[in-house]
Amino acid sequence: MSEGPVPVRIYLTVFACLLALTALTTRVAFIDMGPLNTVAALTIAVTKMLLVILFFMHLRHSPRLTKVAVVAGFFWLVLLIGLTLSDPLTRHWTPGPSPWVPSTTQSQP
Amino acid sequence: MATSELTHAHQFDDAQQQFDAASLGMWVFLLTEIMFFGGLFCGYAVYRSQYLPSFEAGSRLLDIRFGATNTVVLLASSLTMALAVRAAQTRKRNALMMFVVLTMLLGIAFLGIKFFYEWIPDWKDGVVPGLHWVPTAEVVEHVAGRAGAVLPRVELFFCFYFFMTGMHALHMVVGLGIMTYLLLKGRSGAFTSGHFAPVEISGLYWHFVDIVWIFLFPLLYLIGGRY
Repeated sequence: MSEGPVPVRIYLTVFACLLALTALTTRVAFIDMGPLNTVAALTIAVTKMLLVILFFMHLRHSPRLTKVAVVAGFFWLVLLIGLTLSDPLTRHWTPGPSPWVPSTTQSQP
Repeated sequence: MATSELTHAHQFDDAQQQFDAASLGMWVFLLTEIMFFGGLFCGYAVYRSQYLPSFEAGSRLLDIRFGATNTVVLLASSLTMALAVRAAQTRKRNALMMFVVLTMLLGIAFLGIKFFYEWIPDWKDGVVPGLHWVPTAEVVEHVAGRAGAVLPRVELFFCFYFFMTGMHALHMVVGLGIMTYLLLKGRSGAFTSGHFAPVEISGLYWHFVDIVWIFLFPLLYLIGGRY
């Protein structure tokens, strides 16, 4: 943050947006949208996180090196969660393998 | 910001570079924290996908009013923290003291609501996982209500719930310790004579704790099929 203090008005506006988003996400939780409920909750949470990071944590005014480090960290987090979930979320895409039980009809040597 | 008149350690070119290095260092630490909480969120997502009805039933046992109130309390504490950093930056000692105290009070209010209105009733309801996972009859009825049968692994949801909110609360307690340090050291004007990096990076930590809750609130309280 090299451009001097951020006006108080901006902090108050960001806070008002955060409160509005909290009200929105709480309201949306009582509407049946199927799987979109989770999508909506996460989208609003990410928006709130970006507001906090960019304005309250001053990433908007931080040097490019800091920005690259933060983006790299979140990229790594997406890898961690994304690759892990690629297993449990896709198991039903293919039929399960047939159970591997020892056959009783097979002739013994 | 005019930093040219400020002194700096000899390994830095100027005070601005010293400030940027402190900020980057704190961010790197916070990224390790993000990976730590990220692992918990990842585990939560995996088990939630495997036992969805149980996790939704567990989520509906939480009181959304306290979760929402605490979200507002914590967001307000982030605002006062941001204003505390601004007060240090503009060299206003009294304003800095006031905003740090306000941040601490809001943090204590969060922990108070969490402890007295959520964790203690949870303990009495018997939903705290352990050797004797014995929920009260009302809780069992509530969980079975929609599914028509007792769901398996509801205690798994509560394992995640208590571990994640517990870890978050522990970070808040550490944050309160940092605030106390700011109060004690800042009283003499140590942070309001140009070098406000300690306040800035303490603020980064506090906002990070806020961000963790921004995700915990919807994931634990909201996406439980409350419609």
